[in-house]
Order: sequence, then C-alpha cells, then structure tokens
Amino acid sequence: MGVRALGALAVAALLALPPLLPKYHLEVLISVLFFAYLGIAWNLLGGYAGQFSFGHAAFFGIGAYTSTLLLLHAGLTPWAGMLLGGVLAAGFGLFEGYLSFRYGLKGPYFSLVTLAFAEMLRVIAVNTKAVGSSLGLVVPSTKAAAAMFIFSGKLPYYYVIFAMVVLALAFAWRVERSRLGYALAAVRENEDAAEAAGVDALGMKLRAMALSSFLTALGGTFYAQYFAYIDPTITFGPGVSIGALLPAIVGGAGTVLGPVLGSFVLTPVSELTRYALRGRAGADIMLYGAILILVISFLPQGLMGWIRQRRARGWSL
Amino acid sequence: MVAVSLLEISGLTKRFGGLLAVSGFDLTLDAGDIVGLIGPNGAGKTTAFHLVSGFQSPTAGSIRFRGGSIVGLKPHAICRLGLARTFQIVQPFAGLSVIENVMVGAFNREPDAAAARRLAGEIVEFVGLGPRRDVPARSLTLSDRKRLEIARGLATRPEMLLLDEAMSGLNPTEIDEIIGLIRRIHDRGVTLLIIEHVMQAIMALSDRLVVLHHGEKLAEGAPADVARDRRVIEAYLGEGA
Amino acid sequence: MTGGLLLQAIVSGLLLGGIYGLVASGLSLIFGVLRIINFAHGAVMMLGMYATYWLFALGGVDPYLSIVLTAPLFFGLGVAIQKGIIEPNRAAAEHNQLLLTLGLALFFENLALVLWQGDFRTVKASYSGASFMIGEALVDVSRLVASGGAVLMALGLFTFLRTTDAGKAIRAVAEEPEGAALVGIDVSRIRAAAFGLGSACVAVAGALVTPFFYVAPDVGESFNIMAFVVVVLGGMGNFVGALAGGFIVGLAESLGAAFLPGSLKQLVVFAIFVLVLLFRPQGLFGGSRGR
Repeated sequence: MGVRALGALAVAALLALPPLLPKYHLEVLISVLFFAYLGIAWNLLGGYAGQFSFGHAAFFGIGAYTSTLLLLHAGLTPWAGMLLGGVLAAGFGLFEGYLSFRYGLKGPYFSLVTLAFAEMLRVIAVNTKAVGSSLGLVVPSTKAAAAMFIFSGKLPYYYVIFAMVVLALAFAWRVERSRLGYALAAVRENEDAAEAAGVDALGMKLRAMALSSFLTALGGTFYAQYFAYIDPTITFGPGVSIGALLPAIVGGAGTVLGPVLGSFVLTPVSELTRYALRGRAGADIMLYGAILILVISFLPQGLMGWIRQRRARGWSL
Repeated sequence: MVAVSLLEISGLTKRFGGLLAVSGFDLTLDAGDIVGLIGPNGAGKTTAFHLVSGFQSPTAGSIRFRGGSIVGLKPHAICRLGLARTFQIVQPFAGLSVIENVMVGAFNREPDAAAARRLAGEIVEFVGLGPRRDVPARSLTLSDRKRLEIARGLATRPEMLLLDEAMSGLNPTEIDEIIGLIRRIHDRGVTLLIIEHVMQAIMALSDRLVVLHHGEKLAEGAPADVARDRRVIEAYLGEGA
Repeated sequence: MTGGLLLQAIVSGLLLGGIYGLVASGLSLIFGVLRIINFAHGAVMMLGMYATYWLFALGGVDPYLSIVLTAPLFFGLGVAIQKGIIEPNRAAAEHNQLLLTLGLALFFENLALVLWQGDFRTVKASYSGASFMIGEALVDVSRLVASGGAVLMALGLFTFLRTTDAGKAIRAVAEEPEGAALVGIDVSRIRAAAFGLGSACVAVAGALVTPFFYVAPDVGESFNIMAFVVVVLGGMGNFVGALAGGFIVGLAESLGAAFLPGSLKQLVVFAIFVLVLLFRPQGLFGGSRGR
C-alpha cells in the first residue's frame, strides 16, 4: 500500500472515528493534535530555520491572554481575538528576533535569550493584577456559542484543532518548497554561504520567527477556549516551551510531518504513563527526558530521519 | 567615450587591530576582463575578497561596482547587484542535494520555484554535475564540491565572479577541467577576478595579473611581464611560497 | 528606602552572591572544558540538596559535614553522566548537545518528583535559625556560612586549577584541546573530570543552602537560570568572572527585591542577562569564547 493511500486512510480515520470514541480517548486525541500543532509552529523556526527556541511559551501566552482579555473586557469573539493575539505575538517575535539576530546570537545563546524572554513575560504576568496575577483568568464557557468559540462537549474542539493541524501542515508544506524554504535551509546549513548566494539571512530568520510566533499564539487561544482557564505558569511556563519542541525533535525537525509523528508517539506515551503510575506526578515528564536523550543519541534526525533511512535501504532488516 | 568600469577599488585598506591586512589597494576591472590576483600566503588576497563581497568592511578606501559604492552593503545585497563569490574552503549546503544547492542561488533571479529549478538545472549541466544532480552535497568529491560552489554563484546570474583558489587540492586532470569551465564561464560574458596559487593555470587564464604582498600591490601587468618582475620573484622566494 | 533597608539588601545580596558564584563556577568550568551549556546543572544541585536532606533525616548527618560524602558522590555522578551520555555524542550538533542536557534536567527533576513528591522539605539543623545583627541588617548565620563556604570552595577550585598538575591539564584542555592531546593529556578523561568537578561544586552548593532553603524537585530551576546569567555576565569559562558575577547578580536581585514589588526582582536579573547577551556577549570580564 502506497504512502499516499496510508495517509488518506489516516486522515479519513481522524475525521470519521472521533464521534465514536469514548470521552477519555477523545481527550487524548485532542491532546495529541494540540501538541502536534505547537510542534509544527515551533518547527518553522527551530527545524527549518535552525534556530532552537526554548521560549516559545512567550508567544503561546501572548495569544492566550490577548484573546481572553479581549473576550472578558470587550466581548470580542475569540475567533477574532485569536488573530489579534497572533499579530501581537508576531510583533513580539520580531522584536525578540531582531534583537537576537541583529546582534549575532546563535545556537545555545539564542536558546537562552528566548528562555529569558519567556520567563520575563511570566514574571510580568504574575505581578500584574490586571491579568489576574498568579490566579490567572477564567474563560467563560457555560453558554455554548460557536461564534464565540465556546462549544458544549469536546467533539467540536477536536475538529477545530484538527483543522488547525491540517492548515498548519499545508502551510509548512508550501513553505518548504518555496523560496523562503530554500533560503531557510541555506541559512540553517551555512549562513555565510547563504549570504554569498544572495540570501538575506537576517530577513529570512525574522520571517520564520514571525510566522512561527503567529501560529503558536493561535494555539494559545485554542488552549484558553478548550480548558477555559489560563494562568502565567501554564501559558508562559517551560511546560509549553518544552511541549512545543519535543514532538518536533523526536519526530524530526525540519520535516513537515515530523512534529505530527512525534506527537502521536509522545503524547499517548505520556498519557499511558500518567495513567499507569497514577498518583506519581512527573513520571511522564521523566520519560520524556529519557526519550529525548535516547532520540538525540540514536536517532538525531528523529523518527522521520529513521524512516527515510530505512526507505532508502528498501526496508531491509 | 568613457565607459564606467565594472569594478573600481581605490585606496582599499583593512586594519585588524595592529595588523594591516590590505593597504592602499587600487584595482580596476572592466567588463570582460579576467584578472588573476596572486601573491604569497597571507598577502591579503582573501581579505580583499571579503572586503569586496561585503563580509568585512574596509577601514578606508572605496569600492564601486557598476558605478555605485558597495561599501557597507551586506553580502546578499552585493550578490543581488551581480557580484558573486566562491570561498577558499568550499562551503556547500551539506544536507541539500546538488540541484537544491544551486536553486538557492537561482531564487535570486527566479522567485518561482519551478523556474528556479529549471535555471538551476541548466547551470548544473553547464558545470558538468548533471549526473549527480540529486546527490547530497556532503557525498561529493572535492572536485565536484568546487564545481557546485561555482554553480551556485553562477545561478545568481552575476556580471562578475570572484573565484577564491578554485583549484587548490585538485589533481592535474581536475585542474584542466576547471580551467576549461572557467573559460566557458568567461565566454558567457562573466567578468572574473581569480585568486589562485596554481601558477600555470593562472598564467594561462588571465589577461592581467595583480600581485599582492603584505597587503600592498606589488606589480600589475601582462602575465609574462609580471612573472619576470624581479620584485615579484623576490617576494615569492623570500616567503618560500 | 531607609539606610537600614538598603544595608539589609546589600547584605542579603552578598550572602546570596557567594552561592550563585559557586554554582556558576561549576557551570563555567563545564563550559570551558566541554563547550556545552549544561541545562542539567540546577537539577544536580537539587539532587545534592536531597542527598543532604536524606543524610540528615535518616542518619542525622550534619549538612555541612555531609559534604565529605556528597562531594565525591556527585563527582562520580558527573563523571558517569559525561562518560555515558555526553561524551558519546561529542560530535553531535551544538543544539543537540544542548537538548541532551535538557533531557537530563527533565529526567532528574521528575525522578525526584516521582520518588519524593513535590512537598517542600526542610533541614532543621541546630543553627538553622541563628542570626546576628550588623548595624540594622540581620545576618542569618547559616547564610553566612553558606556564602563563606561557597567562596572558599570556589577559591579552592581556582587554586586547584592553577597549581596542581591535574588542574593545569584541565586548563590546557579548555584552552587548546588539540595541543593538550599532542602533549599526552588524556583529553576524554579530563572532560569527564571537569564535568565531575562542576557537578561536585554545584552539589556542595546545594548542601550549603539546605539549612535555610526548602528542598523540592523544582528548586534547581531558579538556581539554573541564575547560574546562566552569572556565567554569561562573568564570561563563559572565566572562573573569577563567575565568582564576581555571582556577587553582582546576587546584589542586583536583592536590590531589585528591595525596590520592586512582588517577584519583579527577577526582571532585573533577566534584563541584565538580555543586555549582556546582546551588547557584551563575552561578559564583563571576558570569557574564553565570546559567542
């Protein structure tokens, strides 16, 4: 069976099966797609541009807080608030990116700066009463209204995140084949050579930053509407930053499907671990740490890299 | 009729702290020239390339390309204006295939991916890498990597190409092939400024030789004349080059 | 802002700074020799604190005395981690090596969470509450011992690196790995030793703070970030810079706490961090590698 047929089957299953799933399984699936989405967004900057951000929570939080505050204070529908949050996040990303890239920060130093910026936003949120401080904000969710991004039951949220994943994948696929995609690959491989070949390295990195942060912020709004509660630690904390990069790394940074594959492997593993070791908080993250070490050590190109290698060798054992 | 020279370097100087790498360097190239830039190791030749291509900024002096100053422009901007370069130590995009490498350059002239691929394909054939167009760059031999480097620069459709030791590390057969390639590039109308240590090659290719020594221009003229110049011979013998 | 409050802030900052300096020294050493930013540094400190706690709770061992046990133990742990996980991946891309240490951090922090839950634990030694006054400033005895002990240990490490053969070998590898290999230094052993030493330092720092700091799985995280700031400020691989940087950051934090409400003091430290990374990445005192 060809890869295309398998893919079509998978998509069909993801569309048709959820209404039949028990509540818990549906929740896990939503979780899988949610982290897949964050991973795809992270991947634009981390995998394609090769700039590893450890602070993507900054954009996630901006998205979540923007749409929620606009909803609470101006009654603005989160569908619009989502886009505004995205624009704000892109702006912050350009600011962060310009400072970092203009001053030549690369590799681990760039990672540290992104971490610092996310932490700064978290501290600001904790200390600002207007955004609820550490108590956070409750998102109204009692009266279902599709126009206000409030649904009764989980199934509609599933289809929303499914659509977001599909759109993000399509976007990543197009970028990969475009002038931007080639430019980013060049910058990632060898920045000097890229410049000599006419690639505006700074401009391309900033473009990747803006796109990545915009998409991540949309995920923040989804989270706010789905869980109906946000606070500084959830939105700006390391959990999201790490949750965004893990699926991409494990699945294969710099590939379209990598983050999706990575999330389909990691998220159920985490759920299973949490279920099997009930009452032992942290077991799932501990496993993530071990998996990260193993993947870096033995599958540095992630699962997609491993699959490609096997395909090139004809799947021989 | 006074035509504007393609490249005009005047009084080019680069100081690194206490070290004077290039000092008061003047050079003019007109369209269609092939000029060889030679000199003992450490003479400042590659530094001069970095200055012209925008990777470093001069301490003093001017660089004009097609009549306009290019000092302070970023490398990618200079490339877009039509001045491309290769590196002394080849810098391929290791994870990309040959054709993808060249497409990066081609995108400067063809924003559409399909057109860029066509242009890149044509260049890949031109430099003789056609059979290996889908091979990852990291798997190429040194000789092929050098061709790839040149191809990537050509794909930006330059008016002028700076070649930095394109023949270092190659065996005599490969050197002959590169000499042939350079001639074909020149025939297509690209002006060339070439740094090279392989003497027979540079003598055979160049209309004109320029000798750099300790950052200063020591001699300039027809290859045969420069080769006989006593100061040039002393410079090379003195350095043991 | 009264003079008394200012004095208190300065005293607190200096006391904290010593600890930050020791933690950062270990991180700086690891960076200087291995050229990696060790995200697991804070986690090792946390483990050191737990070791101290359990020795105290189960064996009645005084936290300061337990250093005799924990220092070599964590040296060994550091060597094992380096040899088992980091060294095999020496040739990997820089960002992958960073992710490796991130994985270790996640693993250790959550191992502690799984084993010992998230409840705060404290070590109540006989001197835990003792304090005295300098002018209007309150000086906590255990903080003073911690800061002093940390500075002593850092200076001890510094002396070790300067005067002993092993120390010189470490510095040789940090400065010029190929040259060091050529003169017969076993570079991979030195790398393991450097990681071990750095881990021992940070574990000792953990032991020193247990009499006055709570013990929990996430306690290493804040020290981790502080350590990065200090090392960047002082210059990567610059040892004295790490110690000096520790005091600067400690002062900045406690002065920030005195002037700013809530937990905004952290903003001061992060702002310094970002500014240094952007405008003086080689650190205030210059490091072995700017970027």
